[in-house]
Amino acid sequence: MVLPTEFHSWFSSKGWSPHPHQLNVVDRAFEPSLLMIAPTGGGKTLSGFLPTLIELSSGDHQGLHTLYVSPLKALAADIKRNLGTPIADMRLPIRVEDRTGDTSATQKKRQRADPPHIVLTTPERIALLLTYEDAPRMFAGLSRVVVDEIHALAESKRGDQLMLCLAELQAMCPDLRRIGLSATVEDPDSIAHILAKHPDPCPILYADPGPKPDIAMLDTTELPPWSGGGGKYAIPRVLEEVKKHKTTLIFHNTRAQAEIFFHELWLANDEGLPIGIHHGSLARAQREKVEAAMVRGDLRAIVCTGTLDLGIDWGDVDLIIQIGAPKNVKRLVQRIGRANHTYNAPSKALVVPANRFEVVECAAALDAVNEADLDGEPRGRGPKDVLCQHILVRACRDPFEADEFFETVTTCGAFHDLEREEFDACLDMVATGGYALRAYDRWQRLKQRSDGLWELRDPRASQHIRMNLGTIQDTDTLKVRLKNRMGGKPLGEIEEGFAASLTPGDTFLIGGKVVRYEGLREMTVEVTRRAEKPPKIATFMGTKFATSTQLSSRILDMFQQDSWPQLPQHTADWLALQRRVSKLPSADRLLVESFPHDGRQHTCVYGFAGRNAMQTLGLLVTERMEKAGLAPLGFVSTDYAVLIWGLNSVPDPEPLFEGANLRDAFEQWLSGNAVMKRTFRASATIAGLLERNWGHQRRTGRQASFSSDILYDTLLKYDPDHLMLAITRDEAMKGLVDFGRIEEMLERTAGQVDHVILDRVTPLAAPLFLEPGRVPVMGEGRERLLEQETERLMSAAGLDQIPTEGRKSWRVPY
Amino acid sequence: MNLTCVFRGETLSPLPSGALHWSAKDMLVVSDLHLGKSERMARRGGALLPPYDTTETLTRLSDDIQLTAPKTVLCLGDSFDDIWAANALDEEHLSTIATLQAGRRWLWIEGNHDPGPLDVGGTHLAEHREGPLTFRHIAFENCEAGEVSGHYHPKARVRSASRPCFLMDDRRLMLPAYGCYTGGLNWTTPELRRLFDDRATAFLTGRKVLAVPVPRAA
Repeated sequence: MVLPTEFHSWFSSKGWSPHPHQLNVVDRAFEPSLLMIAPTGGGKTLSGFLPTLIELSSGDHQGLHTLYVSPLKALAADIKRNLGTPIADMRLPIRVEDRTGDTSATQKKRQRADPPHIVLTTPERIALLLTYEDAPRMFAGLSRVVVDEIHALAESKRGDQLMLCLAELQAMCPDLRRIGLSATVEDPDSIAHILAKHPDPCPILYADPGPKPDIAMLDTTELPPWSGGGGKYAIPRVLEEVKKHKTTLIFHNTRAQAEIFFHELWLANDEGLPIGIHHGSLARAQREKVEAAMVRGDLRAIVCTGTLDLGIDWGDVDLIIQIGAPKNVKRLVQRIGRANHTYNAPSKALVVPANRFEVVECAAALDAVNEADLDGEPRGRGPKDVLCQHILVRACRDPFEADEFFETVTTCGAFHDLEREEFDACLDMVATGGYALRAYDRWQRLKQRSDGLWELRDPRASQHIRMNLGTIQDTDTLKVRLKNRMGGKPLGEIEEGFAASLTPGDTFLIGGKVVRYEGLREMTVEVTRRAEKPPKIATFMGTKFATSTQLSSRILDMFQQDSWPQLPQHTADWLALQRRVSKLPSADRLLVESFPHDGRQHTCVYGFAGRNAMQTLGLLVTERMEKAGLAPLGFVSTDYAVLIWGLNSVPDPEPLFEGANLRDAFEQWLSGNAVMKRTFRASATIAGLLERNWGHQRRTGRQASFSSDILYDTLLKYDPDHLMLAITRDEAMKGLVDFGRIEEMLERTAGQVDHVILDRVTPLAAPLFLEPGRVPVMGEGRERLLEQETERLMSAAGLDQIPTEGRKSWRVPY
Repeated sequence: MNLTCVFRGETLSPLPSGALHWSAKDMLVVSDLHLGKSERMARRGGALLPPYDTTETLTRLSDDIQLTAPKTVLCLGDSFDDIWAANALDEEHLSTIATLQAGRRWLWIEGNHDPGPLDVGGTHLAEHREGPLTFRHIAFENCEAGEVSGHYHPKARVRSASRPCFLMDDRRLMLPAYGCYTGGLNWTTPELRRLFDDRATAFLTGRKVLAVPVPRAA
């Protein structure tokens, strides 16, 4: 394929010329799979679409031609806008439509009957389309799939789900060609492997990476606080920078932080600069308003989260500010790429550490960016919970043959080495529950017909299945609306747990505005603008990223310096003080500090294994402490340390970290652990063994559904070898538990524990006391405290305590 | 070791499992067993939950019966998740129930899930009076003093621990759900609050029974 003259003239009419990598894609348009690695701003998305536009320019193609998939629905809307320009300018006979959660039901229905040439959508929508009987008709003639931001999809189960869907589409349309578009990543081959139909090759094209970014730490006169993640102290300086630039994106790691920061920013915004906020919990209308204002160039700054990490083309962004340590170098590089979409101009970025420790982490991250040293964890085999869900998707559509479907599944890179037995076990679990006790013979979900095909026992189940599709575990959220006669404007969503903690009159932040909680009506939180109290902070689950292995080791290396000229004085002084009163952690030894504080004994372990692994370490170590009778009460973990408090002091921490049987202890401990239960809930829901949205009849006055924890406990007790438990274990190990990084920590420290006993809190441990997210240890110590508390409440309430025959008896006064 | 309470002059023991023991009458009371729940969900085309709930619930019940050796066992309604589930119980569970019933009086109170007589041994009743107490599944709004009921699956929250609980004031006593796959209704929800007066006490189930006052309405 070559670029037709009309396309050439269109480029020149815009004053552009096609980038070499764009011509390259056109040149290689015949390849069954193609991966392009390009920095943001390289006209990446257009290059992905060039082969499509050229093929469709003749006007011969009937029906769907190209499926564009991106991780964000906002991206679909943006691409629709951007594609509109060349299509209109060149008067191409091409119909482009998006299909996302925001598309109306009527339009969705029409699209199935009469599909446009190009559909812009998300992985979940494709899975949903594949559940309909008419899918083969809708996808007939499909020639190309463009997977945008594939690096982001490849990191999650959404990518696995998408690739399973593509395998099915490929089986329907054997000539389907795939183009993947990716930001700079540490391991392009692994992405190519995921993208291509196995075992087809997938050539990788590289665009010119462009000049090095211009990146620095924001200097402030105000000192960063000891703890927390808000970055509030930097607001005056951030405003100064906003004023100096055309458009600034201010990135935060969590939605809650974005909300607080935005609120504070407005309070300080004396000049009334137009500043907006954008994150995934805001109502669609709110987000669209901000997006439109950005496109018009009306906004000087946007406070945002990961939702703007990806390719939306905002034109005039000339500064990126990252608030809080980026945790991961690759993500920082991708965020920086959001600035200066003009090709070949350096992106400008400022990093704002949110607290004292993050100063160190930011400094390490800047070094890594400058050395283009990206980090990443290898992706494992395709997850089985996603496969189970996909079996349900397949069964919804029409009866299928297991052999043929197995073949299709193994054309996915991630599932290429799936064993037939593994597949059959998944199929069995989907069909019968897979229990040792064959209880559901009559009520199987899938049944094998006499002709060998598998089908749904009850076709009505497809409705259930569609409602439970997807791999994103949304925490239960409630919609927030303004209360008025008109029905109320939707503002966004908050977590159910947070909503439950509100009483009428309480205020909280949403979309940067303080609102007053009025009540709950039909699962909707009603609020007014009458805000007379300082806001509680809405808690959004969001993703808590763990600091990457590579960044952690850079930090440990930095600690070994004699002095720290690259750090601000206040932070260098803090580290020097820590070195004087205790020690600085190093990579090859495990530093443990013990000291009393506030009537409790504290132990601080500097493992530097990332948030998730440190959390696991906290659980493991407190378990061992409980057994040793040290009565631990709780702990809190960060990316670098875990702080444990309890009733007794720890005389010798070494046995707590003995690696030899830690793995065994870990296996034992793991089964009874809260992280397992949470993972079980997530994986079993994906696999279709649990249904989503259980808790939802709750406030209609009926008793709540029981928790998935009970299911987990029951399954573990009666059917410990069940497939779902094996899946849960696998998932927990690589996900929330992150045991691999504990093992890495034990390996590098090789049993070398430095125990420093002090009479008070150390400089490095002090910030941990301010950390949120304390985890209670449900042991003997806490049972004691609970008993004390109930007794206190009883006597405070004046309810009489009458001992009878040495037993306690409670009499209700008449 | 166990805590007792005095209700309408009778000394009762809420057990950590959620059963109520009335030693003067040699009676064990349990509510909302919901036997056959997983089967019912599967039948309705929902998820295929681990089918071990009935075994688990009956195992707990036999433990309590062994512990208290009651002359009478009273099940306070919703013993079966629905009539179908009652009739579909498998042999093993039916024989467990028969063994438990041997040599003692067994009363099934009807619940909203299992109204009407069932094919399982024992006496079926709409409600039952014994001494000063009246046993029924759903609490009456204006009940006589001495009502013992279930149905709501009350649950308490203290120091961020959430536990099924008994609720008691001077007029009525409510039992937590005993069944394995049963959720709970928070003790502060209006539906529960309006049934009890401001001096209500909760008994938390768990490792051991703990008494705590029900938080007053805001």
